[in-house]
Amino acid sequence: MAAAHEPILELRGVNKSFGVVHVLHDVDFQIYPGEVTALVGDNGAGKSTLVKAIAGIYPIDTGTYLFEGNPVTVRDPNDVAALGIEIVYQDLALCDNLDIVQNMFLGRELKRRGVLDEARMESMAREALASLSVRTVKSVRQTVSSLSGGQRQTVAIAKSVLWNSKVVLLDEPTAALGVAQTRQVIDLVRRLANQGVGVVLISHNMVDVFEVADRICALYLGRVAAEVKASEVTHSQVVELITAGRSGSIGLAPAEAAQSM
Amino acid sequence: MTTLNTKLADGEFAADTQSDDTFLDAVRGYARRVRGGDMGSLPAILGLIVLFIVFGLANDRFASALNLANLVTQAGSICVLAMGLVFVLLLGDIDLSAGVAGGVSACAMGLTIVNLGWPWWAAILVGVACGALIGLAIGVLCAKLGIPSFVVTLAFFLGLQGVTLKLIGEGGSVRVDNPVIRGITIDNLPVTVGWAFALLIVVGFAGLELYRHRSKVAAGLHHSPFGVVAARIVGVSVVTLGVTYVLSMNRSVNPNIEIRGIPYVLPLVGLLVITLTIILNRTAYGRHIYAVGGNPEAARRAGIHVDRIRLSAFVVCSSLAALSGIIAASYGGKVSASSGAGNVLLYAVGAAVIGGTSLFGGKGRALDAVVGGVVVAMIANGLGLLNQASYINFLVTGGVLLLAASVDAISRRRRSATGLG
Repeated sequence: MAAAHEPILELRGVNKSFGVVHVLHDVDFQIYPGEVTALVGDNGAGKSTLVKAIAGIYPIDTGTYLFEGNPVTVRDPNDVAALGIEIVYQDLALCDNLDIVQNMFLGRELKRRGVLDEARMESMAREALASLSVRTVKSVRQTVSSLSGGQRQTVAIAKSVLWNSKVVLLDEPTAALGVAQTRQVIDLVRRLANQGVGVVLISHNMVDVFEVADRICALYLGRVAAEVKASEVTHSQVVELITAGRSGSIGLAPAEAAQSM
Repeated sequence: MTTLNTKLADGEFAADTQSDDTFLDAVRGYARRVRGGDMGSLPAILGLIVLFIVFGLANDRFASALNLANLVTQAGSICVLAMGLVFVLLLGDIDLSAGVAGGVSACAMGLTIVNLGWPWWAAILVGVACGALIGLAIGVLCAKLGIPSFVVTLAFFLGLQGVTLKLIGEGGSVRVDNPVIRGITIDNLPVTVGWAFALLIVVGFAGLELYRHRSKVAAGLHHSPFGVVAARIVGVSVVTLGVTYVLSMNRSVNPNIEIRGIPYVLPLVGLLVITLTIILNRTAYGRHIYAVGGNPEAARRAGIHVDRIRLSAFVVCSSLAALSGIIAASYGGKVSASSGAGNVLLYAVGAAVIGGTSLFGGKGRALDAVVGGVVVAMIANGLGLLNQASYINFLVTGGVLLLAASVDAISRRRRSATGLG
């Protein structure tokens, strides 16, 4: 169904265990440029582990990691950032004691003659926020501790705009947000994809998923239950995939689903 | 004074102001931050003023030029040690062995001169290298093996005292009589050189501040109102010139000889403050230290090598501790088995915390450690002049440290309640 274009990032047959707990079973996962792929699954299905494997935080045990069609080895978050992959975590991973600019450039500070180039970083951060039509931030030199949940989310997402990322993974970006802020973040996700970014949205919220996702990948107990186009499935089918691993003709074979238990 | 970045259309980012509107707004903003628990070194500066008045009233000799010069040389080693500790405290770690690491390093320095006859600069290098090595060992154990820094450095606190004892023998001491090393604390800059230095600092600081203010305004970046910049320049000028004036007065009690000028230790500490401030505020390394102290997980995800940062902080801390030990040896003229032991570390931790460095990590500056160091030195000096028994000194310093830590904990709670950094 996605024969028209190549995935920008692809995992093939990825396995990951923590001790005796086998968390990811032969996971195949593709991200296409300009599309929003929703990654759904129940608690403990392996969503976060998959994201951290992509992020380079957990090394994968077996399997192939392909970026733009070429196999790559990722050892730490720096390798992944260098590829142009940005991850926005559920707990946001911002440093409260640093300001917005400092957080957006953390780990990738711009330097001029050996010292930090604050002027350039500040203007670039301001432009990135402006390009997302962010109007709620009083100053880019505010410390992150003074920001609301939605503002923090925006800062985290603006980071990916700043770095012209090719792939952005958002882990439950709307989980802690109010209605208006959720709206803004969902719009932001769409805008990112329209710019040609491959976006992965991890969410429990089916309304969000169906509103913005082009494709849905359902994980069930560490296996990919199904990867379908959002337009070809219904809410209840996706819920069945999440809870039982199969729904009618799509999903895992009954034996496989049972084996996962 | 609100200026909007002209590159952006008004509506797009209108809420992002580049500055507090006026000087008064800035003052109000500062007052709000202080009430919200973001006090910085304010308690230390207030404490400094109160202590100065109390001791000045209690004893005539306290505010004399001679005693103030003494205060400078006494504060020197505490300030340097406290600055080293700031690096470790910024990460939320502690180095209990920093004091005795300084003792061992000073001992190594002394023995290189006495037994090997090496020149003073080589001996100082040996001392600092000894400190760096100790820091490396602590750093490896904490950052790589993951032992809590409290335990590792407590072990080093005990172990290193044994090393000093072995090096200089039971009950003995190593004399430090090299004129250059002794001179750090007992010799003074010529008065004219002192004034030249002071003017250089004032002019340099003012020029840099004004230049940065103008270029920030020109580029439409976030900047303080001009009044705040001016106040900063006036503050630095008054302190620098005032200290230079007091230290340039003749402070000899003997009318036949004249003692005047800035002790060499003061420009040494000043140079360290400037260097460490540049490292902490203007380099990626410094930024990463704050990041690791604020949220190690976020720092790790941003690709910062958290363990390397921690390791390096212990190396920096112990190296500065070595320098502090050398300054203390210069002041005392000898290194003994108790050098750096006892209350030295408590003083330095107290100095850092009184200055506004948070024990929870992520907050603190090199300059704050110096302000705190002067507070601690002033307590010891003032109580000494009042001929108080030394137990009072311990009680008061311990109490002040506890008070500072309470202020830190309470302001942290208020900060999280009001959402201020």
